[in-house]
Amino acid sequence: MIKFGWWRDRCGRIGTGFSRNLLFLLAMAPTCGVLAGLFAGGFGVAIAQSLGLLSPIGEDGPNLNHYIALVDDREFRQSLWQTLTLAGVTTALAAVFGTVLALSVRRLVSRYRLMSALIQIPLAIPHLSMAIFLITLIAPSGLLARLTFAGGLIAGSADFPLLINDRYGVGIVLSYLLKEVPFVAVVTLSVIVRLGDRLEEVAQLLGATGWQRLRYVTIPLLAPAALSASLMVFAFVVGAYETPRLLGQTWPGLLPVIAQQRYMDTDLSRRPGAIAMAVVLSSLTGLLVWAYLRLTARWTGAERTIPI
Amino acid sequence: MKTGLNIFDRDRAAGTVQLVRPVWLAERVGVAILLLIGMGPFLLQLVWSIGRSWFWPNLLPAEWSWRAWSYVVSPEAGLRVALANSLVTASMVSILSVIIALPAARALTRRSLSGRNWLLFLILLPLLAPPLAATMGLHLLFVQYGLADTLTGVVLVHLVPSVPYAILVLAANLARFDVELESQARTLGANRFAVWRYVTLPLIKPGLAVAFGFAFLISWSQYLSTLIIGGGRVSTLPLALVAFQQGGDEPITSALSLVFLVPAVIVLTLVGRSMVTDNNVRG
Repeated sequence: MIKFGWWRDRCGRIGTGFSRNLLFLLAMAPTCGVLAGLFAGGFGVAIAQSLGLLSPIGEDGPNLNHYIALVDDREFRQSLWQTLTLAGVTTALAAVFGTVLALSVRRLVSRYRLMSALIQIPLAIPHLSMAIFLITLIAPSGLLARLTFAGGLIAGSADFPLLINDRYGVGIVLSYLLKEVPFVAVVTLSVIVRLGDRLEEVAQLLGATGWQRLRYVTIPLLAPAALSASLMVFAFVVGAYETPRLLGQTWPGLLPVIAQQRYMDTDLSRRPGAIAMAVVLSSLTGLLVWAYLRLTARWTGAERTIPI
Repeated sequence: MKTGLNIFDRDRAAGTVQLVRPVWLAERVGVAILLLIGMGPFLLQLVWSIGRSWFWPNLLPAEWSWRAWSYVVSPEAGLRVALANSLVTASMVSILSVIIALPAARALTRRSLSGRNWLLFLILLPLLAPPLAATMGLHLLFVQYGLADTLTGVVLVHLVPSVPYAILVLAANLARFDVELESQARTLGANRFAVWRYVTLPLIKPGLAVAFGFAFLISWSQYLSTLIIGGGRVSTLPLALVAFQQGGDEPITSALSLVFLVPAVIVLTLVGRSMVTDNNVRG
């Protein structure tokens, strides 16, 4: 039974299949315009360019030359591996710490409005401002180094561990965590607030210990929300540019940084190769996300994997 | 949480479960971390922006100065243009996103819809796969249609991530909207406009506000798409901020970071006062 108001006719009867479908298409048209025209259209042109078509320097496409060149490109291979592992590590840490943070402050959030305001602030802080904050905090001459020096823990700024522009991307991961842990926490808290603690109470009344309550009631209830939030974190981190640009090392840079550098190169012949990189990155991430959705659907129940 | 007893309090009263002390500790650690993340970018950048000759290993600047701030507001810095561009772009993007997303979100939440999950996956694809490649392809199209290096082109490319996000927020909100209320109002004699004005709009307003705010924030913090489509000729705050950061002037970078940060926090506070408790955001 369809209950939706817009799909009823003047007399309140449910519209015919044809008029309902027409209304549906009309409602979706502007969104389709944006997604098909701008996103899919742009992606299509990008693929064409990466195959040597529409070339500014007059190549004879279509061919796979730019993709074959990527296979031999050591900087690209290392960068792709580093980008994906760094995004994976960030996502896992954000999911775990975000859920822990949500659980640790759940009581305060439901009691004090100020707490729910505080936990939302990091969501509004742009990644760029967060990265700049982190640099002033943990750079070799940053506030943390000064504090440890004043406390007599280090003898000089050279003793402070290198946490930004470092080999392992510690600064990048930290900077993302400052944003994404509160993000995962807000998403899981909204579930906690909606569900309340009745199920946990029931478990307790049935004799479950604290650990059992957490393991068999709380975590399964929060998992779908935490998983879909972490999915968005992964997709974002893989494609983000500002944070690795400011906090990353020069070689090999993360993939979006390299792709952008080569794309903006004054030598226009590097452009199709840069686009091929971006196409590989986008497609690979899309595939990973799809696989993740398929895998977690089995665990959490297919219905809730994508919210709504 | 609002209803029923709180299990942790009861544990404490009964003195049985060992969770009590860890919970107490975890709460304090959680709040401390949130205070550091939420307040740090304001406080540390504020000190940096008005500090002068803050050399290692001083814990506070030796002198104070308004140099960075007077430079940021001066016309020769060119930051007024960047601020105006950012404000115009983000406002346009947020208004357009909500207008585009609202009908789609409503259509997607109708009861019988086969293939809803697939449709959602396609709509959310710009959020699930980095739109970097699409932006590069779009650049070529925009060059041909004269949209490259223009504010219009930048607004259009910002719609790619912001429309799916607005749909996500609005659909989560509309999924809990009881459409029978509209039918009841119609039965009671309200015309279509009255139903929209007095029933639908008040009910979906919180969701609309959050969608509006998120679209604004997404556009406000876009860097790479602005750089590629704007070709460096459309200056926005994030572009200026990275330029000054690379230039290495820390007081000016910090002042600019605050200029960039404060409007974003104000917008989210205005629209999302109750994101957690009103449950507008669901992953």
